[in-house]
Amino acid sequence: MFALQAFTGLSVFSILMLMALGLAIVFGLMGVINMAHGELMAMGAYATYGTSVLFEAYFPSLMSIYFIVGVVLAFFATSVFGYFLERSLIQFLYKRPLDTMLATWGVGLILQQLYRQFINPRPVEVPTASWLQGVWQVSEDVSFPMSRIFIVGLAFLTATLVYLFLYRTRRGLLIRAVTQNRGMSGAIGINQKRVDAYTFALGCGLAGIAGSSFTMLASTAPDTGQAYIVDTFIVVVFGGVESLLGTIMSAFFIGQMQTWFEFYLSGSMARAGILLLVIAVLYFRPNGLFATKVRR
Amino acid sequence: MTAALKIDNLNVFYGDSHVVRDINFELQDRESIAIMGRNGMGKTTLLKALIGLLPVRSGSVTLGGQVITSAESHERVIAGMGYVPQGREIFPYLTVRENILAAMQISKTRTIPPFVYDVFPVLEEMQTRRGGNLSGGQQQQLAIARALVSNPKVLVLDEPTEGIQPSIIREIAKALNHLKAELNFALVVSEQVLGFTMEIADRFLIMEKGEFVYEDNREDVDTDKIHAYLTI
Repeated sequence: MFALQAFTGLSVFSILMLMALGLAIVFGLMGVINMAHGELMAMGAYATYGTSVLFEAYFPSLMSIYFIVGVVLAFFATSVFGYFLERSLIQFLYKRPLDTMLATWGVGLILQQLYRQFINPRPVEVPTASWLQGVWQVSEDVSFPMSRIFIVGLAFLTATLVYLFLYRTRRGLLIRAVTQNRGMSGAIGINQKRVDAYTFALGCGLAGIAGSSFTMLASTAPDTGQAYIVDTFIVVVFGGVESLLGTIMSAFFIGQMQTWFEFYLSGSMARAGILLLVIAVLYFRPNGLFATKVRR
Repeated sequence: MTAALKIDNLNVFYGDSHVVRDINFELQDRESIAIMGRNGMGKTTLLKALIGLLPVRSGSVTLGGQVITSAESHERVIAGMGYVPQGREIFPYLTVRENILAAMQISKTRTIPPFVYDVFPVLEEMQTRRGGNLSGGQQQQLAIARALVSNPKVLVLDEPTEGIQPSIIREIAKALNHLKAELNFALVVSEQVLGFTMEIADRFLIMEKGEFVYEDNREDVDTDKIHAYLTI
Protein backbone atom coordinates (compact mmCIF):
# COMPACT_ATOMS: atom_id res chain seq x y z
CA MET A 1 0.00 0.00 0.00
CA PHE A 2 2.68 2.43 1.06
CA ALA A 3 4.87 1.50 -1.90
CA LEU A 4 2.01 2.11 -4.29
CA GLN A 5 1.26 5.52 -2.76
CA ALA A 6 4.91 6.48 -2.84
CA PHE A 7 5.19 5.42 -6.46
CA THR A 8 2.11 7.42 -7.42
CA GLY A 9 3.68 10.39 -5.66
CA LEU A 10 6.90 9.79 -7.55
CA SER A 11 5.16 9.70 -10.89
CA VAL A 12 3.15 12.86 -10.14
CA PHE A 13 6.47 14.40 -9.13
CA SER A 14 8.13 13.46 -12.40
CA ILE A 15 5.23 14.84 -14.41
CA LEU A 16 5.31 18.12 -12.47
CA MET A 17 9.07 18.25 -12.81
CA LEU A 18 8.95 17.70 -16.56
CA MET A 19 6.35 20.44 -16.90
CA ALA A 20 8.20 22.84 -14.63
CA LEU A 21 11.75 22.46 -15.98
CA GLY A 22 11.02 24.41 -19.13
CA LEU A 23 9.17 27.11 -17.28
CA ALA A 24 11.89 27.25 -14.62
CA ILE A 25 14.21 28.38 -17.38
CA VAL A 26 11.84 30.67 -19.27
CA PHE A 27 10.09 32.20 -16.27
CA GLY A 28 12.40 31.34 -13.40
CA LEU A 29 15.71 32.25 -14.98
CA MET A 30 14.73 34.66 -17.75
CA GLY A 31 11.73 36.24 -16.04
CA VAL A 32 9.48 35.87 -19.08
CA ILE A 33 5.89 35.12 -18.16
CA ASN A 34 5.15 32.90 -21.12
CA MET A 35 1.41 32.26 -21.21
CA ALA A 36 1.89 30.15 -24.33
CA HIS A 37 4.00 27.63 -22.43
CA GLY A 38 1.06 25.22 -22.19
CA GLU A 39 0.47 25.46 -25.93
CA LEU A 40 4.14 24.62 -26.43
CA MET A 41 3.57 21.45 -24.43
CA ALA A 42 0.63 20.71 -26.69
CA MET A 43 2.93 21.35 -29.64
CA GLY A 44 5.31 18.73 -28.30
CA ALA A 45 2.40 16.34 -27.89
CA TYR A 46 1.25 16.95 -31.46
CA ALA A 47 4.81 16.47 -32.72
CA THR A 48 4.78 13.07 -31.07
CA TYR A 49 1.35 12.34 -32.51
CA GLY A 50 2.64 13.32 -35.94
CA THR A 51 5.61 11.00 -35.51
CA SER A 52 3.30 8.11 -34.64
CA VAL A 53 1.16 8.75 -37.73
CA LEU A 54 4.27 8.89 -39.92
CA PHE A 55 5.72 5.73 -38.46
CA GLU A 56 2.43 3.88 -38.80
CA ALA A 57 2.26 4.82 -42.47
CA TYR A 58 5.88 4.37 -43.51
CA PHE A 59 7.80 2.31 -40.95
CA PRO A 60 5.25 0.08 -39.21
CA SER A 61 8.05 -2.30 -38.24
CA LEU A 62 9.68 0.43 -36.17
CA MET A 63 6.54 1.32 -34.22
CA SER A 64 8.14 0.11 -31.00
CA ILE A 65 10.66 2.93 -31.01
CA TYR A 66 8.60 5.72 -32.55
CA PHE A 67 8.11 7.27 -29.14
CA ILE A 68 11.81 7.89 -28.60
CA VAL A 69 11.96 9.61 -32.00
CA GLY A 70 8.79 11.49 -31.04
CA VAL A 71 10.35 12.90 -27.87
CA VAL A 72 13.42 14.09 -29.73
CA LEU A 73 11.34 15.55 -32.52
CA ALA A 74 9.08 17.28 -30.00
CA PHE A 75 12.14 18.88 -28.42
CA PHE A 76 13.45 20.16 -31.73
CA ALA A 77 10.10 21.37 -33.08
CA THR A 78 9.28 23.38 -29.96
CA SER A 79 12.77 24.75 -29.48
CA VAL A 80 12.98 25.95 -33.09
CA PHE A 81 9.57 27.56 -32.65
CA GLY A 82 10.79 29.06 -29.36
CA TYR A 83 13.90 30.44 -31.02
CA PHE A 84 11.88 32.31 -33.62
CA LEU A 85 9.33 33.44 -31.05
CA GLU A 86 12.12 34.97 -28.98
CA ARG A 87 13.73 36.67 -31.97
CA SER A 88 10.49 38.03 -33.36
CA LEU A 89 8.59 38.96 -30.22
CA ILE A 90 9.94 38.22 -26.74
CA GLN A 91 13.27 40.03 -27.14
CA PHE A 92 11.48 43.36 -27.44
CA LEU A 93 9.51 42.82 -24.24
CA TYR A 94 12.10 41.87 -21.59
CA LYS A 95 11.44 44.92 -19.46
CA ARG A 96 7.68 44.86 -19.96
CA PRO A 97 6.19 41.88 -18.10
CA LEU A 98 2.55 42.89 -18.62
CA ASP A 99 2.99 43.26 -22.36
CA THR A 100 4.82 39.94 -22.41
CA MET A 101 1.87 38.24 -20.71
CA LEU A 102 -0.60 39.71 -23.14
CA ALA A 103 1.50 38.99 -26.20
CA THR A 104 2.27 35.41 -25.24
CA TRP A 105 -1.36 34.80 -24.30
CA GLY A 106 -2.21 35.91 -27.82
CA VAL A 107 0.40 33.55 -29.21
CA GLY A 108 -1.20 30.77 -27.16
CA LEU A 109 -4.64 31.51 -28.60
CA ILE A 110 -3.27 31.58 -32.13
CA LEU A 111 -1.55 28.24 -31.58
CA GLN A 112 -4.74 26.69 -30.18
CA GLN A 113 -6.66 27.84 -33.22
CA LEU A 114 -3.96 26.50 -35.54
CA TYR A 115 -4.15 23.11 -33.83
CA ARG A 116 -7.93 23.17 -34.25
CA GLN A 117 -7.76 24.21 -37.87
CA PHE A 118 -4.92 22.12 -39.18
CA ILE A 119 -4.52 19.11 -36.92
CA ASN A 120 -7.76 18.03 -35.33
CA PRO A 121 -10.37 19.92 -33.33
CA ARG A 122 -11.03 16.73 -31.34
CA PRO A 123 -8.64 15.03 -28.96
CA VAL A 124 -6.09 12.75 -30.58
CA GLU A 125 -4.39 9.74 -29.05
CA VAL A 126 -1.12 8.08 -29.81
CA PRO A 127 -0.65 4.32 -29.84
CA THR A 128 1.36 3.01 -26.92
CA ALA A 129 4.39 0.97 -27.86
CA SER A 130 3.98 -2.64 -26.80
CA TRP A 131 6.84 -2.57 -24.32
CA LEU A 132 5.20 0.34 -22.52
CA GLN A 133 1.84 -1.35 -22.15
CA GLY A 134 2.76 -3.92 -19.54
CA VAL A 135 3.07 -3.63 -15.82
CA TRP A 136 5.91 -4.44 -13.53
CA GLN A 137 4.57 -6.91 -11.01
CA VAL A 138 6.59 -6.28 -7.89
CA SER A 139 4.58 -8.51 -5.60
CA GLU A 140 1.10 -9.99 -5.60
CA ASP A 141 -0.78 -6.78 -5.01
CA VAL A 142 1.81 -4.16 -6.01
CA SER A 143 2.35 -3.43 -9.68
CA PHE A 144 3.66 -0.40 -11.51
CA PRO A 145 2.57 0.44 -15.06
CA MET A 146 5.52 0.53 -17.46
CA SER A 147 4.44 3.80 -19.03
CA ARG A 148 4.68 5.52 -15.65
CA ILE A 149 8.08 4.02 -14.98
CA PHE A 150 9.16 5.31 -18.38
CA ILE A 151 7.99 8.83 -17.55
CA VAL A 152 9.79 8.76 -14.22
CA GLY A 153 12.96 7.69 -16.01
CA LEU A 154 12.55 10.30 -18.72
CA ALA A 155 11.97 13.01 -16.13
CA PHE A 156 15.13 12.11 -14.24
CA LEU A 157 17.16 11.86 -17.42
CA THR A 158 15.92 15.25 -18.61
CA ALA A 159 16.53 16.91 -15.26
CA THR A 160 20.04 15.48 -15.09
CA LEU A 161 20.89 16.61 -18.62
CA VAL A 162 19.54 20.10 -17.96
CA TYR A 163 21.52 20.29 -14.75
CA LEU A 164 24.73 19.17 -16.43
CA PHE A 165 24.18 21.58 -19.30
CA LEU A 166 23.57 24.57 -17.04
CA TYR A 167 26.24 23.88 -14.44
CA ARG A 168 28.98 22.01 -16.26
CA THR A 169 29.23 23.59 -19.70
CA ARG A 170 30.45 26.92 -20.95
CA ARG A 171 27.14 27.71 -22.61
CA GLY A 172 25.35 26.90 -19.38
CA LEU A 173 27.59 29.36 -17.55
CA LEU A 174 26.74 32.05 -20.10
CA ILE A 175 23.04 31.33 -19.66
CA ARG A 176 23.34 31.72 -15.90
CA ALA A 177 25.32 34.94 -16.27
CA VAL A 178 22.89 36.51 -18.75
CA THR A 179 19.81 35.55 -16.76
CA GLN A 180 21.28 37.07 -13.60
CA ASN A 181 22.26 40.38 -15.13
CA ARG A 182 21.53 40.96 -18.78
CA GLY A 183 23.16 44.40 -19.10
CA MET A 184 26.32 43.49 -17.24
CA SER A 185 26.76 40.32 -19.30
CA GLY A 186 27.06 42.43 -22.41
CA ALA A 187 29.52 44.70 -20.65
CA ILE A 188 31.88 41.77 -20.01
CA GLY A 189 31.75 40.59 -23.60
CA ILE A 190 28.87 38.12 -23.75
CA ASN A 191 26.60 38.38 -26.78
CA GLN A 192 23.54 38.38 -24.59
CA LYS A 193 20.97 38.52 -27.38
CA ARG A 194 22.21 35.25 -28.78
CA VAL A 195 22.31 33.67 -25.34
CA ASP A 196 18.77 34.89 -24.64
CA ALA A 197 17.53 33.31 -27.84
CA TYR A 198 18.95 29.87 -27.21
CA THR A 199 18.00 29.92 -23.53
CA PHE A 200 14.41 30.59 -24.49
CA ALA A 201 14.63 27.90 -27.16
CA LEU A 202 15.89 25.44 -24.55
CA GLY A 203 13.00 26.22 -22.20
CA CYS A 204 10.51 25.75 -25.02
CA GLY A 205 12.17 22.50 -26.07
CA LEU A 206 11.74 21.19 -22.53
CA ALA A 207 8.04 22.07 -22.70
CA GLY A 208 7.99 19.98 -25.87
CA ILE A 209 9.50 16.99 -24.06
CA ALA A 210 6.92 17.34 -21.29
CA GLY A 211 4.06 17.50 -23.78
CA SER A 212 5.44 14.54 -25.64
CA SER A 213 5.54 12.36 -22.56
CA PHE A 214 1.99 13.31 -21.58
CA THR A 215 0.67 11.67 -24.72
CA MET A 216 1.23 8.41 -22.85
CA LEU A 217 -1.10 9.44 -20.05
CA ALA A 218 -3.86 11.32 -21.79
CA SER A 219 -5.14 12.37 -25.18
CA THR A 220 -4.11 15.69 -26.67
CA ALA A 221 -6.64 18.38 -27.55
CA PRO A 222 -6.06 21.91 -28.88
CA ASP A 223 -6.65 23.36 -25.42
CA THR A 224 -4.71 20.71 -23.49
CA GLY A 225 -2.02 23.21 -22.60
CA GLN A 226 -4.42 25.23 -20.46
CA ALA A 227 -4.81 22.31 -18.10
CA TYR A 228 -1.08 22.10 -17.46
CA ILE A 229 -0.04 25.70 -17.29
CA VAL A 230 -1.46 26.59 -13.84
CA ASP A 231 0.22 23.70 -12.05
CA THR A 232 3.43 24.48 -13.83
CA PHE A 233 3.48 28.07 -12.63
CA ILE A 234 2.62 26.97 -9.09
CA VAL A 235 5.57 24.59 -9.00
CA VAL A 236 8.03 27.21 -10.26
CA VAL A 237 6.82 30.01 -7.98
CA PHE A 238 6.64 27.73 -4.96
CA GLY A 239 10.19 26.50 -5.47
CA GLY A 240 11.56 29.99 -5.81
CA VAL A 241 12.44 31.48 -9.14
CA GLU A 242 16.13 31.57 -10.09
CA SER A 243 16.63 28.20 -8.45
CA LEU A 244 16.52 25.09 -10.60
CA LEU A 245 17.04 22.82 -7.63
CA GLY A 246 14.19 24.66 -5.90
CA THR A 247 11.92 23.83 -8.81
CA ILE A 248 12.79 20.15 -8.58
CA MET A 249 12.31 20.08 -4.80
CA SER A 250 9.06 21.95 -5.17
CA ALA A 251 7.79 19.47 -7.76
CA PHE A 252 8.69 16.65 -5.38
CA PHE A 253 6.96 18.33 -2.46
CA ILE A 254 3.78 19.18 -4.34
CA GLY A 255 3.69 15.79 -6.05
CA GLN A 256 3.89 13.98 -2.72
CA MET A 257 1.34 16.27 -1.06
CA GLN A 258 -1.07 15.84 -3.91
CA THR A 259 -0.88 12.06 -3.67
CA TRP A 260 -1.27 11.89 0.08
CA PHE A 261 -3.98 14.52 0.23
CA GLU A 262 -5.87 12.66 -2.47
CA PHE A 263 -5.49 9.48 -0.52
CA TYR A 264 -7.05 10.92 2.61
CA LEU A 265 -9.33 13.60 1.14
CA SER A 266 -11.24 14.00 -2.09
CA GLY A 267 -9.53 15.21 -5.27
CA SER A 268 -10.81 18.77 -5.16
CA MET A 269 -10.12 19.09 -1.43
CA ALA A 270 -6.58 17.94 -2.10
CA ARG A 271 -6.14 20.70 -4.67
CA ALA A 272 -7.56 23.31 -2.36
CA GLY A 273 -5.28 22.06 0.42
CA ILE A 274 -2.21 22.36 -1.75
CA LEU A 275 -3.12 25.84 -2.90
CA LEU A 276 -3.66 26.94 0.71
CA LEU A 277 -0.31 25.53 1.72
CA VAL A 278 1.41 27.21 -1.21
CA ILE A 279 -0.17 30.53 -0.31
CA ALA A 280 0.88 30.13 3.32
CA VAL A 281 4.46 29.32 2.37
CA LEU A 282 4.67 32.24 -0.07
CA TYR A 283 3.30 34.54 2.63
CA PHE A 284 6.23 33.75 4.86
CA ARG A 285 8.80 33.20 2.13
CA PRO A 286 7.75 35.45 -0.75
CA ASN A 287 10.75 34.47 -2.85
CA GLY A 288 9.81 30.82 -2.73
CA LEU A 289 10.65 27.95 -0.47
CA PHE A 290 14.18 27.38 -1.70
CA ALA A 291 15.36 30.88 -2.58
CA THR A 292 18.80 31.79 -1.27
CA LYS A 293 19.81 35.19 -0.02
CA VAL A 294 22.80 36.93 -1.54
CA ARG A 295 24.31 40.41 -1.57
CA ARG A 296 23.59 42.04 -4.90
CA MET B 1 49.34 58.42 -33.19
CA THR B 2 45.74 57.42 -32.59
CA ALA B 3 44.38 57.93 -29.11
CA ALA B 4 43.32 54.91 -27.07
CA LEU B 5 39.92 56.51 -26.65
CA LYS B 6 38.50 59.58 -28.31
CA ILE B 7 35.18 61.19 -27.45
CA ASP B 8 33.76 63.87 -29.75
CA ASN B 9 30.81 66.14 -28.94
CA LEU B 10 29.04 63.42 -27.00
CA ASN B 11 25.44 64.05 -25.96
CA VAL B 12 23.49 61.57 -23.87
CA PHE B 13 19.92 61.86 -22.68
CA TYR B 14 18.25 60.08 -19.83
CA GLY B 15 14.64 60.12 -20.95
CA ASP B 16 13.99 63.80 -21.60
CA SER B 17 16.81 65.19 -19.52
CA HIS B 18 19.99 66.16 -21.25
CA VAL B 19 22.59 64.62 -18.95
CA VAL B 20 25.85 64.62 -20.89
CA ARG B 21 26.42 67.83 -22.87
CA ASP B 22 28.92 68.10 -25.71
CA ILE B 23 31.68 66.19 -23.97
CA ASN B 24 35.09 65.97 -25.67
CA PHE B 25 38.19 64.22 -24.45
CA GLU B 26 41.06 62.09 -25.57
CA LEU B 27 42.82 59.37 -23.67
CA GLN B 28 46.33 58.33 -24.70
CA ASP B 29 47.69 54.81 -24.43
CA ARG B 30 48.42 53.91 -20.80
CA GLU B 31 47.18 57.26 -19.62
CA SER B 32 44.74 57.43 -16.76
CA ILE B 33 42.21 60.15 -16.22
CA ALA B 34 39.86 60.80 -13.34
CA ILE B 35 36.45 62.29 -13.96
CA MET B 36 35.33 63.88 -10.73
CA GLY B 37 32.16 65.56 -9.63
CA ARG B 38 29.30 65.37 -7.19
CA ASN B 39 26.36 63.00 -7.51
CA GLY B 40 24.03 63.67 -10.39
CA MET B 41 26.53 65.51 -12.53
CA GLY B 42 26.51 62.91 -15.30
CA LYS B 43 29.61 60.82 -14.56
CA THR B 44 27.87 57.45 -14.51
CA THR B 45 25.73 58.34 -17.51
CA LEU B 46 28.84 59.23 -19.48
CA LEU B 47 30.58 55.97 -18.58
CA LYS B 48 27.48 53.89 -19.32
CA ALA B 49 27.32 55.49 -22.74
CA LEU B 50 30.98 54.56 -23.29
CA ILE B 51 30.32 50.84 -22.72
CA GLY B 52 27.03 50.94 -24.59
CA LEU B 53 24.55 50.50 -21.75
CA LEU B 54 22.96 53.82 -22.69
CA PRO B 55 22.40 55.04 -26.25
CA VAL B 56 24.19 58.14 -27.49
CA ARG B 57 22.05 60.95 -28.89
CA SER B 58 24.84 62.54 -30.92
CA GLY B 59 28.62 62.62 -31.12
CA SER B 60 31.06 59.76 -31.46
CA VAL B 61 33.15 57.32 -29.45
CA THR B 62 36.34 55.98 -31.05
CA LEU B 63 38.31 53.18 -29.44
CA GLY B 64 41.81 52.62 -30.82
CA GLY B 65 40.78 54.10 -34.17
CA GLN B 66 37.59 52.06 -34.38
CA VAL B 67 34.28 53.95 -34.21
CA ILE B 68 32.06 52.17 -31.67
CA THR B 69 29.39 54.82 -31.13
CA SER B 70 26.49 52.51 -31.83
CA ALA B 71 28.12 49.13 -31.20
CA GLU B 72 26.57 46.61 -28.78
CA SER B 73 28.25 46.33 -25.38
CA HIS B 74 29.84 42.97 -26.12
CA GLU B 75 31.27 44.31 -29.37
CA ARG B 76 32.89 47.13 -27.42
CA VAL B 77 34.48 44.58 -25.10
CA ILE B 78 35.82 42.73 -28.13
CA ALA B 79 37.11 46.06 -29.48
CA GLY B 80 39.08 46.47 -26.25
CA MET B 81 37.02 48.12 -23.53
CA GLY B 82 36.67 46.83 -20.00
CA TYR B 83 33.99 48.07 -17.62
CA VAL B 84 33.60 48.01 -13.85
CA PRO B 85 30.18 49.42 -13.00
CA GLN B 86 29.10 51.47 -10.04
CA GLY B 87 27.83 49.05 -7.42
CA ARG B 88 30.05 46.32 -8.94
CA GLU B 89 27.19 44.21 -10.34
CA ILE B 90 28.77 40.86 -9.63
CA PHE B 91 26.68 37.88 -10.76
CA PRO B 92 25.35 36.98 -7.31
CA TYR B 93 24.60 33.30 -7.91
CA LEU B 94 27.79 32.49 -9.79
CA THR B 95 30.89 31.50 -7.89
CA VAL B 96 33.89 33.80 -7.91
CA ARG B 97 35.59 31.52 -10.43
CA GLU B 98 32.50 31.42 -12.64
CA ASN B 99 32.21 35.21 -12.52
CA ILE B 100 35.71 35.40 -13.99
CA LEU B 101 35.20 32.58 -16.49
CA ALA B 102 32.00 34.17 -17.81
CA ALA B 103 34.05 37.23 -18.71
CA MET B 104 36.53 35.10 -20.65
CA GLN B 105 33.99 34.35 -23.34
CA ILE B 106 35.98 36.35 -25.89
CA SER B 107 39.40 34.97 -24.96
CA LYS B 108 40.61 31.75 -26.50
CA THR B 109 41.77 30.10 -23.33
CA ARG B 110 39.80 28.72 -20.41
CA THR B 111 42.64 29.22 -17.94
CA ILE B 112 42.29 32.18 -15.63
CA PRO B 113 45.38 34.37 -16.23
CA PRO B 114 47.85 34.25 -13.31
CA PHE B 115 47.74 38.00 -12.63
CA VAL B 116 44.20 37.66 -11.23
CA TYR B 117 45.16 35.54 -8.24
CA ASP B 118 48.59 37.18 -7.90
CA VAL B 119 47.10 40.60 -7.44
CA PHE B 120 43.90 39.54 -5.67
CA PRO B 121 44.83 36.49 -3.58
CA VAL B 122 41.53 36.75 -1.73
CA LEU B 123 39.74 35.76 -4.94
CA GLU B 124 41.68 32.51 -5.05
CA GLU B 125 40.73 31.72 -1.46
CA MET B 126 37.09 32.46 -2.26
CA GLN B 127 36.92 30.96 -5.75
CA THR B 128 34.13 28.51 -4.97
CA ARG B 129 32.04 31.02 -3.00
CA ARG B 130 29.07 32.71 -4.57
CA GLY B 131 29.75 36.24 -5.77
CA GLY B 132 26.76 37.42 -3.77
CA ASN B 133 28.33 36.24 -0.52
CA LEU B 134 31.47 38.37 -0.79
CA SER B 135 31.99 41.62 1.05
CA GLY B 136 31.84 44.89 -0.87
CA GLY B 137 35.62 45.20 -1.07
CA GLN B 138 36.03 41.63 -2.29
CA GLN B 139 33.31 42.18 -4.86
CA GLN B 140 35.14 45.27 -6.09
CA GLN B 141 38.32 43.26 -6.60
CA LEU B 142 36.33 40.60 -8.41
CA ALA B 143 34.69 43.22 -10.63
CA ILE B 144 38.11 44.60 -11.58
CA ALA B 145 39.50 41.13 -12.28
CA ARG B 146 36.41 40.29 -14.33
CA ALA B 147 36.89 43.40 -16.47
CA LEU B 148 40.59 42.70 -17.03
CA VAL B 149 40.53 39.06 -18.14
CA SER B 150 39.29 40.14 -21.56
CA ASN B 151 42.57 42.06 -21.89
CA PRO B 152 41.16 45.56 -22.50
CA LYS B 153 43.07 48.51 -23.92
CA VAL B 154 40.88 50.91 -21.96
CA LEU B 155 39.45 50.15 -18.53
CA VAL B 156 36.41 52.15 -17.44
CA LEU B 157 35.86 52.26 -13.66
CA ASP B 158 32.75 53.83 -12.18
CA GLU B 159 33.17 55.03 -8.57
CA PRO B 160 35.22 52.07 -7.41
CA THR B 161 35.56 53.37 -3.85
CA GLU B 162 31.87 53.73 -3.16
CA GLY B 163 31.01 51.92 0.06
CA ILE B 164 34.51 50.47 0.51
CA GLN B 165 36.54 50.87 3.70
CA PRO B 166 39.64 53.14 3.51
CA SER B 167 42.28 50.41 3.92
CA ILE B 168 40.78 48.45 1.01
CA ILE B 169 40.60 51.64 -1.08
CA ARG B 170 44.38 52.02 -0.72
CA GLU B 171 44.85 48.37 -1.64
CA ILE B 172 42.71 48.77 -4.73
CA ALA B 173 44.71 51.84 -5.80
CA LYS B 174 47.92 49.87 -5.39
CA ALA B 175 46.54 46.91 -7.31
CA LEU B 176 45.37 49.14 -10.15
CA ASN B 177 48.76 50.80 -10.52
CA HIS B 178 50.46 47.43 -10.50
CA LEU B 179 48.04 45.95 -13.07
CA LYS B 180 48.31 49.00 -15.28
CA ALA B 181 52.06 48.66 -15.43
CA GLU B 182 51.80 44.94 -16.12
CA LEU B 183 48.92 44.90 -18.61
CA ASN B 184 49.38 48.31 -20.25
CA PHE B 185 45.83 49.54 -20.34
CA ALA B 186 44.55 53.11 -20.20
CA LEU B 187 42.13 54.06 -17.45
CA VAL B 188 39.04 56.22 -17.12
CA VAL B 189 37.79 56.43 -13.56
CA SER B 190 34.90 58.41 -12.16
CA GLU B 191 35.31 59.31 -8.51
CA GLN B 192 34.42 61.57 -5.63
CA VAL B 193 37.34 60.57 -3.41
CA LEU B 194 40.31 62.76 -4.30
CA GLY B 195 42.78 60.77 -2.20
CA PHE B 196 42.14 57.71 -4.33
CA THR B 197 42.41 59.46 -7.68
CA MET B 198 45.59 61.29 -6.64
CA GLU B 199 47.21 57.86 -6.41
CA ILE B 200 46.14 56.57 -9.80
CA ALA B 201 45.27 59.42 -12.19
CA ASP B 202 47.54 61.38 -14.51
CA ARG B 203 44.93 63.92 -15.40
CA PHE B 204 41.82 65.31 -13.72
CA LEU B 205 38.55 66.46 -15.26
CA ILE B 206 35.74 67.96 -13.22
CA MET B 207 32.20 67.38 -14.40
CA GLU B 208 29.39 69.76 -13.49
CA LYS B 209 25.89 69.47 -14.94
CA GLY B 210 27.03 67.30 -17.82
CA GLU B 211 30.02 69.41 -18.86
CA PHE B 212 33.72 69.50 -18.07
CA VAL B 213 34.47 72.68 -16.18
CA TYR B 214 38.08 72.09 -15.09
CA GLU B 215 41.01 70.10 -16.36
CA ASP B 216 44.55 69.66 -15.07
CA ASN B 217 47.47 67.27 -14.86
CA ARG B 218 48.49 65.67 -11.61
CA GLU B 219 51.68 67.72 -11.29
CA ASP B 220 49.93 71.07 -11.22
CA VAL B 221 46.54 70.08 -9.95
CA ASP B 222 44.85 72.51 -7.58
CA THR B 223 43.43 70.20 -4.90
CA ASP B 224 41.66 73.02 -3.12
CA LYS B 225 39.81 73.87 -6.28
CA ILE B 226 38.77 70.23 -6.84
CA HIS B 227 37.62 70.01 -3.23
CA ALA B 228 35.54 73.11 -3.80
CA TYR B 229 33.84 71.42 -6.73
CA LEU B 230 33.25 68.21 -4.80
CA THR B 231 31.65 69.91 -1.81
CA ILE B 232 28.63 72.06 -2.15
